[in-house]
Amino acid sequence: MDVTITPPSEPFPGTVHPTDGGGILLSTLDDVINWARSNSLWPLVFGTSCCAIEMMSTAAAKYDFSRFGFEVARATPRQADVIIIAGTIVNKMAPVLKRLFDQMPDPKYVIAMGACATSGGPFFYNTYSVVKGADHVIPVDVYVAGCPPRPEALLHALITLQEKIKSGYTRDQIRTEMKPDVK
Amino acid sequence: MSNEELISKLQELLPEATLQQGNDFVELTIDSQQLLPVLNLLKSSSDLSFNFLFCETCVDWKTHFTMVYHLDSTHYRHNVVIKTNLNRELPEIETACHLYRTAELHEREIFDLFGIKFLNHPHLRRILLTDEWVGYPLRKDYEDPINMIKL
Repeated sequence: MDVTITPPSEPFPGTVHPTDGGGILLSTLDDVINWARSNSLWPLVFGTSCCAIEMMSTAAAKYDFSRFGFEVARATPRQADVIIIAGTIVNKMAPVLKRLFDQMPDPKYVIAMGACATSGGPFFYNTYSVVKGADHVIPVDVYVAGCPPRPEALLHALITLQEKIKSGYTRDQIRTEMKPDVK
Repeated sequence: MSNEELISKLQELLPEATLQQGNDFVELTIDSQQLLPVLNLLKSSSDLSFNFLFCETCVDWKTHFTMVYHLDSTHYRHNVVIKTNLNRELPEIETACHLYRTAELHEREIFDLFGIKFLNHPHLRRILLTDEWVGYPLRKDYEDPINMIKL
């Protein structure tokens, strides 16, 4: 699926209908809600290995994901909207991850950051303890490649997630209705 | 004490042990029955004073196991490595945790992952894996058809 990045000239969904002394904004409520939602995603403080260092770097001054509305990292799943799985998920951690995800209020989103969270990565073969991809445990919205990914890659994933939310489709709709035709 | 001085000193104290200069540390190879007397000597001798066990681990060589103890002296800042080979059929060795309390934790981990039995250990049971786990994952011949994808 192609992801279109919304140009910054359209900061708010809708059109302005000019009238005397001002204007009327025409939009749909769903679009406005999705716009608001996508611009204040609160991530859960969750990092299981070296990807977490890159995630912290993305949060710090040089990359600063607060520019996109991700700055309010919450230490409790009950106040978080998005969980960035930054690191290896082992069999012992998997039930904890599932519980954290279940405790998050809807709508909730998941980013699998790096090779370990995507597929088990370097621990795919000959390991007794590693879950081969976090999507065995919880559904994932956006995958990021890299070991670990650079902060730019994580920022791209976060913006991709915002585009996904702004598109208005649910995870299931994207999987079924927006599936590209296989020839 | 420099490594050369340490080698000559240890040679004098333990004539039957094999000594060798490794990359960083002096390596002392002993018989597994001799572990406790040797550790006791190294710890109590006033000019050696190895009072800190900073690493304890095990190596699976497929034919046998090797227990490796890294000792440090916080007074003299010199180190020594003690190696001892164990039989693969009956891997048993005396615990070091009555001399070095830190060994208690290390030995539980080694028991968990290698299945070495430490005699007279106060509570030898699994520490990282679940209690019902079958097998010892860090052994070279470990098989787990459910969780492991073989290359």
